[in-house]
Amino acid sequence: MAIQTTESQPTSLVRRTRLKLSNGGFSTFIFFIPLIVIFGVFSWWPIIQSGIMSFQETNLVTTSWVGFDNFYQVLNDPLLWKAIKNTIYFAVLALIFGYPVPLIAAVLMSEVRRAKGFFTVLAYLPVVVPPVVAVLLWKFFYDASPTGVFNTILGWVGIPPQPWIQDQATAMPSLVLAATWAAAGGTIIIYLAALTSVPPDLYDAAEVDGAGIWRKVWHVTMPQLRNVLFITLILQIIGTAQVFLEPFLFTGGGPANATLTVLLLIYRYAFQNSLGGDYGAATALSTMLAIFLALMSIGYFKLTSRWSDS
Amino acid sequence: MKSLNKVVTVGAVAALAVTMTACSSDDSPEPSTSATDATTSSATADAMEPVTIKVVSLIPGSDQAAFDAFDAQVAQFEGLYPNITVESEEYEWTGPTFAAQLAGGTLPDVYTIPFTDGLTLLANGQLANITSQVSELPYANDFNPNVLAQVQDANGDVFGLPTAAYGSALHYNRALFTEAGLDPDQPPTTWDEVREDAKAISDKTGNTGFAQMAASNTGGWQLTVATYARGGRMQTEDADGKIAVTADNDATKAALDYFHQLRWEDDSMGSDFLLDWGTINQAFGAGQVGMYTSGSDIYTNLIQAQGMNPDDYGATVIPLEGDDSGTLGGGTIAAVNVKASPEVQNAAVKWIDFYYMQKLVDQDAAVLDAKTLSESDQAVGVPALPIFSKELFDQSREWVADYINVDQDHVSYFNDAIFDQAVVPEPKAHTQELYAALDTVVQSVLTDENADTDALLKDVNVQIQALIDADA
Repeated sequence: MAIQTTESQPTSLVRRTRLKLSNGGFSTFIFFIPLIVIFGVFSWWPIIQSGIMSFQETNLVTTSWVGFDNFYQVLNDPLLWKAIKNTIYFAVLALIFGYPVPLIAAVLMSEVRRAKGFFTVLAYLPVVVPPVVAVLLWKFFYDASPTGVFNTILGWVGIPPQPWIQDQATAMPSLVLAATWAAAGGTIIIYLAALTSVPPDLYDAAEVDGAGIWRKVWHVTMPQLRNVLFITLILQIIGTAQVFLEPFLFTGGGPANATLTVLLLIYRYAFQNSLGGDYGAATALSTMLAIFLALMSIGYFKLTSRWSDS
Repeated sequence: MKSLNKVVTVGAVAALAVTMTACSSDDSPEPSTSATDATTSSATADAMEPVTIKVVSLIPGSDQAAFDAFDAQVAQFEGLYPNITVESEEYEWTGPTFAAQLAGGTLPDVYTIPFTDGLTLLANGQLANITSQVSELPYANDFNPNVLAQVQDANGDVFGLPTAAYGSALHYNRALFTEAGLDPDQPPTTWDEVREDAKAISDKTGNTGFAQMAASNTGGWQLTVATYARGGRMQTEDADGKIAVTADNDATKAALDYFHQLRWEDDSMGSDFLLDWGTINQAFGAGQVGMYTSGSDIYTNLIQAQGMNPDDYGATVIPLEGDDSGTLGGGTIAAVNVKASPEVQNAAVKWIDFYYMQKLVDQDAAVLDAKTLSESDQAVGVPALPIFSKELFDQSREWVADYINVDQDHVSYFNDAIFDQAVVPEPKAHTQELYAALDTVVQSVLTDENADTDALLKDVNVQIQALIDADA
């Protein structure tokens, strides 16, 4: 990216700029403008607006400054702690069930000798299904009556009907199940790509040393995938902290707030009241969430850059 | 480059989190003062100036015949007012979508809202002042004053027109009654009978005997119906106008106990405890629900959007028990977008007059409306309450008697008894928040056999009282 100059002495900013422009930097800048405008209008402007709004009380008609009142109000809302607990619960369940599934699937698929493409397509298919369609489909499957799709299947093996999303205890695991199904395909593709980069020599050497398949996976595959595994872990945590679609469409946060997540709470603050909700509280919580996620991202960059340096 | 990447990525993550609530305030409706100016200047506007108005049409998913009937009415209107072009969009009022449209400034020029929201929107300056246009209408002084009060400010200015009023009704599926060995011409008249019939339907047909809305604020709405029916109130107002939240009243507790019995003792409430207005209609229209409570005006949705067989539909009044019991009443207001130009606001009131009001007050219009609807197989004669006087209401029904296609025998149990019931308006203060908080209580009772309803209701009291006190 840097513009090459032959001068050995440091140059002034003006001079460097002129050089950049004369070397095609200007046209680059022109091409960059639409991106800046779009990014500015649709990302940065709303971010700034919501940052400002988090210190205001507004119904979008009249607005007044309230200092940190919105933050105070949000932090004192008992639903916030319920939402945080639920979000963590979702994240943990997603880690326990959702995180290993793609890895196991990818390792198994990489071992398949025939029809690998077929299995890859099969694994990736759920990602192609529009999320709303997928949720509505799963909602249909989760019909809690004995004639529901899943309950009928369970009935074949003698298991009684389950309440799925209609019970406070089973609602969240049901959401995680559907979310895992929907998201696993993308991660499988990442793992499959990473697996191809593992040098075959290492497997050969392990085999010579008498390692079986599990020892090969544990001692060769896993260490080689370490970076990718860590990246997907961080991305998953960031993703699950923002879980919204599943609880919104499946349960609306119910039953009795059992699936209320932080993002859904933000949505409720803003839109539950048809007359214009509490935009101040919504943006205050958004800001807090954004700061938390930004810290997570910084931690992620620090860790990954340390790795790439080492 | 690396640091730029970091900034961009961190920013993008932050953007994901905050974008959803970051609605620009630039699009917010202007205060009603501008609407008043608009109204004043509108008197001088050229009446024949071409103008296009956007109006709401029907609920998404309505059948083609319903849209054909609507289009026919648009054509009739455009024939009457050649300078006005009507563009329509499908519309269904739900709390969250309305809030988003309101915040985003994407509401059409004419839209409908429930009575619940009228006064608050008016106070927020989000409804156009249409006093002068309404005063020119011949029936301006004939409204039932209690109904018109839903859209009037302290000065008596009018900010919308009530177009329909409903009382709460118990809707029942006649086919399921028959299948369960019950007489569909003997609908239940007490809550005990509702319970018995629900159990019979559930046991004998495998369908839900009695369903209860529980999500999207409708759980609270219908719990309020059940509370009023047992003589309770969700809020009380003292002589100084101070409102106290009384969600933990005995009637609400009795209603929740009743749901508990149906759910956990009789198992007659089915398996979906997250139903709202749309999904309960869907389930009832599909013949999966024996009975449920909702507004009396639901028939059109059930037939138009849910494809229900009209012969299967029956309605009766909500059973009332105890002193002070009454049926929750509400209705629909047609409002005009405060941001619309004076010309558009004038045309919008003309449309409201033509499409919603004329059929209620004018014989020719009533007959034309009924004829258009019945020719497209749409409902005429849906159970409702009067916007004007009961006499005018009865008279308008006589005008269209030849076109009434809703089997009046099937809804006579409602029509014959509703005028003997006290109609109680919805709770006044922070209604939507109250309903939302009560959703959680209803869901708890239906999904947790050991739910502590007393504690849950006390929580609702504290939560909503804090909002009301904050206003003061």
